[in-house]
Amino acid sequence: MSTSARAGTRARGLWLGVGAFALVAAAQAWAIASSPADRDMAHLQKIMYVHVPAAWNMMIAFFVVAIASLRYLWKGQERDDLLAASAAESGTILTGLTLVLGMIWAKPTWGIWWTWDPRLTSTAVLFFLYVGYLILRAFVDDPDRRAQWSAAVGLLGALNVPIVYMSVRWWRTLHQVQSSPQTLDSSFTVGLRLNAIAMMVVLVFFIRHRYETARMEREAELLQERAALGGRGGING
Amino acid sequence: MVVAAVIVLGAFGYLMYGGLDKNVVFFLTPQELLAKGTEVVDVPVRLGGMVAPGSVKWNAETLDLRFQLSDGVKTVEVHSKGAPPQMFRDGMGVVCEGRFGKDGVFESTNLMIKHSEEYHPPKPGQTPQEMYKAMFETLREDGKS
Repeated sequence: MSTSARAGTRARGLWLGVGAFALVAAAQAWAIASSPADRDMAHLQKIMYVHVPAAWNMMIAFFVVAIASLRYLWKGQERDDLLAASAAESGTILTGLTLVLGMIWAKPTWGIWWTWDPRLTSTAVLFFLYVGYLILRAFVDDPDRRAQWSAAVGLLGALNVPIVYMSVRWWRTLHQVQSSPQTLDSSFTVGLRLNAIAMMVVLVFFIRHRYETARMEREAELLQERAALGGRGGING
Repeated sequence: MVVAAVIVLGAFGYLMYGGLDKNVVFFLTPQELLAKGTEVVDVPVRLGGMVAPGSVKWNAETLDLRFQLSDGVKTVEVHSKGAPPQMFRDGMGVVCEGRFGKDGVFESTNLMIKHSEEYHPPKPGQTPQEMYKAMFETLREDGKS
């Protein structure tokens, strides 16, 4: 990629980032201002506008990991490995956010910060699987081996996503089952959907940004390798 | 690859149709607890259900709480020490950790609220401040009686 093309990509990425966070701010403000207090938990309900979009989007992120990992195992192209890694990192952040906000909501609602019910446990397992995935990537130096191993772990982790989603229906849990337009008053639904979309734009920005960074890191690595081998075109070439 | 796919699909099939849903429960209902008989007496167990309306007896001075936990079929009396979570009230879903005593009273050591998936605005004219106030007042009145 030429220098000017790269600068253009970076500028577009920057504007996407600014737009994504402006959208989140607007969606949050609108949801908080427009929705009434909940009859049980009053304004504590507002945590839903971040907790639920974060949970939905973490599932999307790990779905991207699964697709990219599968594609890497099939075609062996490095860009699929880098895409999987970028989505995994973004998904892990969103899982952490889901867990932390869930705990902040649980303390005043349930009366406890944490309990080992199937939904909470499977989400924690998902989080640690992907923390493991990121650690694995940091510890393996050989790019091919790193890509193969992390594609396997990435797929294994993504298999946990439907278990997390269905846990509240398969098993009897403390966590409530998914709300639907029948159980969620219409005064909350628009704000929730708006924030889910805003969070998705943030996710796209995160994945894209990490992907661009990963590409540049790989190119720098290759340049260094070439320079070390004494070839032309390296840093000292 | 094929072996891995078979294992994964098998595991999912088992999760969905293998009857795990009957075995993995975070809590028992009063009906299930009573059906198990002496098997569950004096062993750590979780009991979940709804706070039977009008059954709450709260003593604010001794922090002593008694109420009937119901699943619509059977009812179990629960005894607990200490202030319950803010959202504890009549008709609320509750999960208690503790032991079912020989006297037929469930001694709860940890009381958790089970919130439903329903979210609704309060009744007309009700503000959040009033909701919190009403929540505490019901508890205080129950303590006096």
